[in-house]
Amino acid sequence: MSDDPKRWVAGHVATLPKSGIRDFFELVAKMKGQDVISLGVGEPDFVTPWHIREAAIFALERGKTYYTSNLGLIELRRAIETYVAEHFGVSYRPEDEIIVTVGVSEALDLAFRAFCNPGDKVLYHQPCYVSYHPSIALVHGQGIAVPTFAKDNFALTAEALRAAWQPGAKILMLNLPCNPTGGTCSREQLEKIAAFCREKDLLVLSDEIYSELTFEGVHTSIASLPGMAERTIFLHGFSKAFAMTGWRIGYACGPAALIDAMMKVHQYSMMCASIIAQEAALEALTRGWDGVLKMREQYHRRRDLVVRRFNEIGLKCHSPRGSFYAFPDVTASGLTEKQFAVGLLEKEKVAVVPGTAFGENGTGHVRACFATSYEQLIEACDRIERFVEAQPC
Amino acid sequence: MNPVLKLLIDGGSLTTGQMAQVAGIAESEVQQHLEQLKKDRIFLGWRPVLDLSHEAAAAAAVRAVIEVKITPERGGGFNRLAERISRFDEVESCYLMSGGYDLLVFVKGTSLQKVAGFVSEKLSTIEGVLSTSTHFMLRCYKDQGFLLDHGEAPSARLNVAP
Repeated sequence: MSDDPKRWVAGHVATLPKSGIRDFFELVAKMKGQDVISLGVGEPDFVTPWHIREAAIFALERGKTYYTSNLGLIELRRAIETYVAEHFGVSYRPEDEIIVTVGVSEALDLAFRAFCNPGDKVLYHQPCYVSYHPSIALVHGQGIAVPTFAKDNFALTAEALRAAWQPGAKILMLNLPCNPTGGTCSREQLEKIAAFCREKDLLVLSDEIYSELTFEGVHTSIASLPGMAERTIFLHGFSKAFAMTGWRIGYACGPAALIDAMMKVHQYSMMCASIIAQEAALEALTRGWDGVLKMREQYHRRRDLVVRRFNEIGLKCHSPRGSFYAFPDVTASGLTEKQFAVGLLEKEKVAVVPGTAFGENGTGHVRACFATSYEQLIEACDRIERFVEAQPC
Repeated sequence: MNPVLKLLIDGGSLTTGQMAQVAGIAESEVQQHLEQLKKDRIFLGWRPVLDLSHEAAAAAAVRAVIEVKITPERGGGFNRLAERISRFDEVESCYLMSGGYDLLVFVKGTSLQKVAGFVSEKLSTIEGVLSTSTHFMLRCYKDQGFLLDHGEAPSARLNVAP
């Protein structure tokens, strides 16, 4: 009999590839102590605003240390109801149409586990957040990547969706604005996608975590389009807009029967989100909007800076309408995205993430997060310029 | 809005070169904007924010706030006296206040005696000054938006994250 401990690892986990980000993380970690500027992060550089942190401390002082309802504190769900109605134009009942989760990540996992039978097909646009495909694989679903392209500013088009669709497709996973591309869809584009979802009877999981960081125009939630709320799970959280990544707090809204199914999985696994994080989230929704606007303005200016610099350097870069990621095309340097990222790190000590960490459609691109100070961004751009100029072609 | 003014208000401590990059204009244009703002008396000047608990920075480390009651004048109200008080080098800031007193005066000096001397010999002897109430500052925790003690812990943000 083999004594390899791996024999106990489930087959579908053993075959799950490690995140491409992980490899790059190890590489950057080796350069510890050197003057590395990281544009490789996926979170704000702002610390959670003090009034939110203080509210959490106050909650602890008042002895808020217990489990909450599986669905989350009712006060928080009421605040979410108001916030979502005001900012996204969709109304959900706090009693049974909203569930508070440990970040959007958990909400997504709950959704896949609650709605995906083994073999069910899930469409998702790609390049995309690293966990979508693995999360589908973990529930024995079948992921179908729908490509998005630089020529469309990485918006998902109904045409690409129709081309990728296969019989048996049940779910469409959306993340707009998108990590890593910053791409998003106009209302007209979303309406076409919505019509396709109704035609093919698709359930939509819409991760809108970057929606507050929309710089041009107004963010439209697919859930707000006619006939879509009843087939959409709206996923959102506090990590990006309120700079609360480490709190791990998010939520899902949708039809009561679907939220109830997600709640079943949640109650037997997570039970509830941390009460401290829930109290902080309540404060964020109640008094945090001014802070969001201030941070958004900073991101907006930083975006303009890096996109302009990338294009001046000769790395073609579309202007992301949302999120805090630029996704420049680095092929003009004569390097692949991996060579570019590794070379830039080794020669100039700037970390960016190769686009292929977000799926094969990220080929030729790197993700550069501009959630860092002006000083660091300017220095990083200078170094990237030096690196590109030093390339032979 | 003038892009340079916007950066002055909320851009942090950027050099003019950095402002030029952020606003996407030439550095000479930033200088021009600054000159214009100075001419318009909107931008008055630069000041460093120092932690005066450090010996090296403590050249004028004694600071006081003084509540001053004054007699308003027919025609000019509080302005003439307030401007007169403001002209002293010892006065860093001077505000007209609502409430129990009229002027709030921020004063600095190299020693306790010098500040006390300013209050007793200059400020309180001005005609129209009815009373002063001086509070010496003992310790500063936050100055003009900067936390003086530890501020935030060093960032624990990972270098690469999804």
